Amino acid sequence: MNTIRRRAVGALVLATVGATVLAACGSDSSGGSGDTSSPGTGGSAKKSTTVTLVSHDSFAASDAVLKEFTKETGYTVKVLRGGDAGAAVNQAILTKDHPQGDVFFGVDNTLLSRALDNGLFTPYTAKDLGQVPADVQLDAAEHRVTPIDSGDVCVNYDRAYFTTHKLTPPTTFADLVKPQYKNLLVTENVATSSPGLAFLLGSAASYGDDQWQAYWKQLKSNGVEVVDSWEQAYNERFSGSAAGKKAKGDKPLVVSYASSPPAEVVGVTPAPAQSPVGVATGTCFRQIEFAGLLHGAKNTAGGQALIDFMLSKAFQEDMPLNMYVDPVRKDAAEPEVFTKYGAKITDPESMAPDKIAAKRDEWAKSWSSIVLK
Amino acid sequence: MVVDRPQVTPQVTDATDVTVVRRRAAAVRRRGIVVRLGLMAVPAAFFCVFFAYPVAAIVGRGLHEGGHWRFGRIGDVLGDAGIRHVLWFTCWQAAASTALTLAVALPGAYVFARLDFPGKRLLRAVVTVPFVLPTVVAGSAFLALLGRGGFTDSLWGVRLDTSVWAILIAHVFFNYAVVVRTVGGLWAQLDPRQEEAARMLGASRPAAWRQITLPALGPAVAAAALMVFLFTFTSFGVVQILGGPTYSTLEVEIYRQTAQLLDLPTAAVLTLVQFAAVGAILAVHAWTVRRRESTLRLVDAGTTAHRPRGGERALLGGVLAVIALLILLPLGVLVARSLDGPDGYGFTFYRSLNSLGTSSTFVVAPLETVGNSLRYAAVATVIALAVGGLAAAALVRRAGRLVRGFDALLMLPLGTSAVTVGFGFLITLDKPPLDLRSSWILVPLAQALVGVPFVVRVMLPVLRAVDDRLREAAAVLGASPLRVWREIELPLVGRALAVAAGFAFAVSLGEFGATVFIARPDSPTLPVAVARLLGRAGPDTYGQAMALSTILMLVCAASLLVLENLRPRAKGADPSPGEF
Repeated sequence: MNTIRRRAVGALVLATVGATVLAACGSDSSGGSGDTSSPGTGGSAKKSTTVTLVSHDSFAASDAVLKEFTKETGYTVKVLRGGDAGAAVNQAILTKDHPQGDVFFGVDNTLLSRALDNGLFTPYTAKDLGQVPADVQLDAAEHRVTPIDSGDVCVNYDRAYFTTHKLTPPTTFADLVKPQYKNLLVTENVATSSPGLAFLLGSAASYGDDQWQAYWKQLKSNGVEVVDSWEQAYNERFSGSAAGKKAKGDKPLVVSYASSPPAEVVGVTPAPAQSPVGVATGTCFRQIEFAGLLHGAKNTAGGQALIDFMLSKAFQEDMPLNMYVDPVRKDAAEPEVFTKYGAKITDPESMAPDKIAAKRDEWAKSWSSIVLK
Repeated sequence: MVVDRPQVTPQVTDATDVTVVRRRAAAVRRRGIVVRLGLMAVPAAFFCVFFAYPVAAIVGRGLHEGGHWRFGRIGDVLGDAGIRHVLWFTCWQAAASTALTLAVALPGAYVFARLDFPGKRLLRAVVTVPFVLPTVVAGSAFLALLGRGGFTDSLWGVRLDTSVWAILIAHVFFNYAVVVRTVGGLWAQLDPRQEEAARMLGASRPAAWRQITLPALGPAVAAAALMVFLFTFTSFGVVQILGGPTYSTLEVEIYRQTAQLLDLPTAAVLTLVQFAAVGAILAVHAWTVRRRESTLRLVDAGTTAHRPRGGERALLGGVLAVIALLILLPLGVLVARSLDGPDGYGFTFYRSLNSLGTSSTFVVAPLETVGNSLRYAAVATVIALAVGGLAAAALVRRAGRLVRGFDALLMLPLGTSAVTVGFGFLITLDKPPLDLRSSWILVPLAQALVGVPFVVRVMLPVLRAVDDRLREAAAVLGASPLRVWREIELPLVGRALAVAAGFAFAVSLGEFGATVFIARPDSPTLPVAVARLLGRAGPDTYGQAMALSTILMLVCAASLLVLENLRPRAKGADPSPGEF
């Protein structure tokens, strides 16, 4: 038979396969977006009723509160999230010419300089900024970012361990190098974990640029253990958390958050008198998270409305139980579980963002040569 | 199923027929080239758009600064002793993991291919479960086995966590199924009569095995070894969790430089180093395989398995013991933790999972995540099978350098850092017509990128084993390409297709791929939901994460069982040799 016909058949095979692939994708796209919670996936450029929020993995808000925003303003919030805070900020920097959304939330004081130096944000003064204390407004001159929440990274302790061993739990950085706490502390790798970095910055703020190395040498000889992530430290190694009890963790001291004690009792019935986890209040470093209007945002008005909303009382009071952070708004009430089981951190360590930016790489290197080698 | 067909040679009787046959043969060959180029078009386009372009863009951005190429960075980075140490560790742990996986899993491949025992199908699905588990979860199970207070500790006082052994053993745990499925898939279809014939002719059992079966299995073993190597070469979570902060692989380093420090020049150099290493491995693989692949007698897998006899019973027992210890025990730990509630054993965490999805955007109802996972996996599997199947079809016939190079290129995504590809997506797929960053399709596309190498590697040895003369004879006799494919190849490769689909599906269920690290629209899959639960403190979150992991295991095992039963069967499945 003639070759032309066979070629035609060959081409037909290809065309069929190609069409099947396309059809498979196409048909699934209707089925896929119909069921997912994110409306308008794909071509969302039609109307500006959607405002897109780009954030990290831990972003959370109540559905009811987001609906309230839609009711008030007419905008629907679409959330894109992925990676930890560091990865999320770096993605935003990489895509600054074609931003993925309108608002970015989740840049903290340890990453702020990098974001601002890269021109990530357009200035916007949020409506209720007057309700926010001046000491968390780290860009008060230009308002490129708006503070949304704060949280403290602190050493947590297993209450039961210290009661049964008749030992006073540590409260300060200096306590941690005492012999009675030998081999009790687990912390996170500075290079891979944000609480790990915060704890190092806290010690550096407390001991000074030239003395923290000596402190960490003492910690090292006092048997500090280092793991790569908060998940491992808190869920596997720490003996005080529900997870750690399951995993038979044996470290009664862990670098975690001041909000971990209330988190451990949420939903527990009957309500216990105390959280099983306590906080060493003198070992804290304050993290402040900011939101900003992305430079080149498609929906500027919607983005501004969203930033205003994130500072509103409704959102601020919803935040603590969703993200386990403290509201920055002065008149926002904390949930009872925070006031009852949380620790009051009065004087946390802090450090200027540009100093962190200047020192972090150098410090991370010398930290790992002291602690990991 | 009849596949053991007699070879058909056109009966040549006179000169005119000879000319006709020659002309037809020439036409078939010409058409072969056209068809091959056509077949390669789709995979080539897919590879270029979703791999080559994004990776080139992110590497380019790292090395191209202020209008100049900064190749000097390569020297700087390679001069760093720490980096050289990381590179050395990455290579040797991958080689050691591959060797160990082959040693442990090859007997398993034989047992699953050739022996009949109750529960075989279920067990084959179960050994694939580790493959889909988030490494954080599997790592935690392994700590319960090898770590402090774990199985080996309480029995013999041996702790292996933070030692390199924990990493190697965990790599065996994750990749056992790769060897069992890739090698076992072909092994089950090898005609056992050849080995029997050799023995009848006086060869000893080892000699017959060495001279008949081993050469026939060679390409499949090499393919499995290659994939295990690439997977362990780019190992991320296992090394972090079980090795502790003192062990680091190239993958971890690239992730840190890209996602954490945004030091793109260093990341670009490390990516090039990774390419060089993977390229070397691919070259070795191509060199060892090229001469070995041969036409084989393939038979229906159902006919080759038999009840274990004699020494095989001991082998079966040994393999089952290894599976129990290495795979079932860690999985059992997770299940036990999911059931171990505050009020004793029960389904407390499963019940509380159900109430999660209602109030917050953070966690979603488990049923919804199961739906999301299955939907993504189905789309990723279709894409991977289409792209990989076309590529394998184009690569079947031995060919020149260009085609061999194409074969190697398709393997590259397995050996490339997910964060490199993902961040490459961010800066390339951002403009119409390829503005896919906020589209759901990006997720299955990225997963298919990892699935395609599996499809190609599983299909290729089987496709190549199909006697070329069968194909040519059918074509010369006037069968259309579609008919040749349907009548000759599909019945033979049906099993390989099912194995390939299983891998593509598992890759997607297990959330491999470039989109893991990048922000995406929120339809969380099972592994994503597990990770979210593990990322927060709370009295129930850990138990819920374990419950959700158990659901993930069940979904994986059930899907694979269904998938294996779906595989295309040839019409007229009764084996009557001589039918054509």
